[in-house]
Amino acid sequence: MTPLPLSIAFAHLMARKRQTAVSIGGVMVGVAIFIGIGGMMNGFHSYFLSQLVDTNPHIVMSDEIRVAAPQPLTILHPEGAVEVRRVLPRDPVRGISGASAILETLNAMDGVAAAPSLLGQIILRRAGRDYAITGIGVDAPREERVTDIVHDMVAGSFAALATEPNGLVIGRQLADKMGVGVGDSVVATTTAAGQTSLKIVGIFHTGIDAEDQYWGIVPLARQQAMQNRPRVVNEIHIRLADISRSIPLAQAIERRWGFKSAPWEETYARVLDVFALQDKIIYLTTTSILVVAGFGIFSVISTIVMEKARDIAIMRSIGMPAPSVVAIFLVEGIVVGVTGMILGWFAGWGLGATLHLVPAPTGNAGDTLPVKLTPLLFSAAGAIALMSAIGAAWLPARKAARADPLTIIRGAA
Amino acid sequence: MTAVLEARGLTRILPGPQPTTLVADVDARFEAASFTAISGPSGSGKSSLLYLLGLLDPPTAGNVLLDAASTSGLSSEARGRLRLEHFGFVFQFHFLLPELTALDNVMLPMRQLARLAPSSMRERARWLLASLDMEAEATKVPAALSGGQRQRVAIARALANDPRLVLADEPTGALDTKNGAAVFAIFRRLADEGRTVIVVTHDDQLARNAERAIHIVDGRVARQPTFQVSGPIGN
Repeated sequence: MTPLPLSIAFAHLMARKRQTAVSIGGVMVGVAIFIGIGGMMNGFHSYFLSQLVDTNPHIVMSDEIRVAAPQPLTILHPEGAVEVRRVLPRDPVRGISGASAILETLNAMDGVAAAPSLLGQIILRRAGRDYAITGIGVDAPREERVTDIVHDMVAGSFAALATEPNGLVIGRQLADKMGVGVGDSVVATTTAAGQTSLKIVGIFHTGIDAEDQYWGIVPLARQQAMQNRPRVVNEIHIRLADISRSIPLAQAIERRWGFKSAPWEETYARVLDVFALQDKIIYLTTTSILVVAGFGIFSVISTIVMEKARDIAIMRSIGMPAPSVVAIFLVEGIVVGVTGMILGWFAGWGLGATLHLVPAPTGNAGDTLPVKLTPLLFSAAGAIALMSAIGAAWLPARKAARADPLTIIRGAA
Repeated sequence: MTAVLEARGLTRILPGPQPTTLVADVDARFEAASFTAISGPSGSGKSSLLYLLGLLDPPTAGNVLLDAASTSGLSSEARGRLRLEHFGFVFQFHFLLPELTALDNVMLPMRQLARLAPSSMRERARWLLASLDMEAEATKVPAALSGGQRQRVAIARALANDPRLVLADEPTGALDTKNGAAVFAIFRRLADEGRTVIVVTHDDQLARNAERAIHIVDGRVARQPTFQVSGPIGN
């Protein structure tokens, strides 16, 4: 048989179907909005990150160093009062030394692809105007394995860089500014080697301004010649099968070879910070909806407690202990909370699915709003809904249990 | 013969800036198979005395003995347990739970006590209602019953756990004469069955059903021990 507080709780709720339905609806809407909006934020973050992270290498190893090498004397006497003045630093050939060995080692690792590149300034000249861009010399077949740029090509092909020694791939914005298309030639100037004629073989569009306007991709050998740095590589681009491994791997690479290796988390630290802040704001907002729903429950259960003063008095007089009285009203709050939560799960799933049908202005036809519903989202919404429901029921329940039944019995007589 | 219930120097003072004495130094014994009426003018403290006797309210001084065992110093939960097992209460207002049927209302104390199997509870509740000619109304909610019927359901509920004591506070106050007389006849029967019945009433006519009356004035037992002496009719 159902425990007594439970059947009384159900009787109370069933006798107030409309009020009960409204409070369940409040919880449902709160949970649904929490899940729907949270799912959209999740989806947006994943989309944004995949745009950023997958267009570019997951780890960039460059010939920079984070901290200048210490003087041997200070290493020898770490605690000593050593001061070295007028240091004449060494001036080695810049670039990643032993790049081919490093590439070989990295490519031999499971789930790791690495490609060499040489970055250096190039000035493109067209119709009397100069366009300063970052020239990126790449080994096209290997580079294709470390970035998604192949998928972002809007004209020509990236692979043509392998067959056209003077090939150039630029972003759509730069191409539009210069008024050039695939097959056109442009004059490239570098400080080290003077003028070279390059032929445009491909145009990409990643949607990131810095890339679409200021990137020019050329064959590695051509870039080495233009920069007058034969056989030099100053960046190694690394792509991972599992992007969550990026931080430990970058640290290992840096420890082993000494060159700065930046995982994508470091490169996009600011973006990730903004996301974290955005998450906080969104979840605080949606949580407040659930708290408001809690007030609905509070109002209903407070009303029931007030209306039920006589019932409570008689139950106390026949010996129902105070905890059982608390249980009656807590159960009512939990029933409303759980029902609202379950309905809200379905409604939230529906809201997410509906949002996913809304067209998104990404520039690609057929794209819709990215929505990513995770189990965490559902459990968080449920947990907050339940907590607010229990909290909302607890206060009137405690009041009911504390009431002196005699006052009611005397008053009614 | 030992008393089922005994009051010794029962005193109840409402605390406050101006303490009010509701009940002062009442001694009384209540035996099995007895019907006692507590009468007195309104505000005399007769209901307060009943609440003290029924362990609903702890006394400021004095003691209530149930089967010669002291109940002073018991926690409110322990007093609740004693009420559940040994007392049946009937109030002026029926206090039935409006959402539950008559049958479920009668089963309420049994479910709280949880001593019987659910099927036996149902059977006993039906039998109790039948004994009060309420069998046909078992599945009705209180709103569908008349005042007299509601009070009978309340009496059936008071008898749910087969209590040895039945305490009633103005049980006929909200009823017409005919229904009031019927309810008193039920109490008479309960006393004859061996229960200790204590009824607070201001209706001396009905109090004649009792073999003993305690007259309360200003919280104290008045001199006149029976209604025959104190009653205005004076027969």
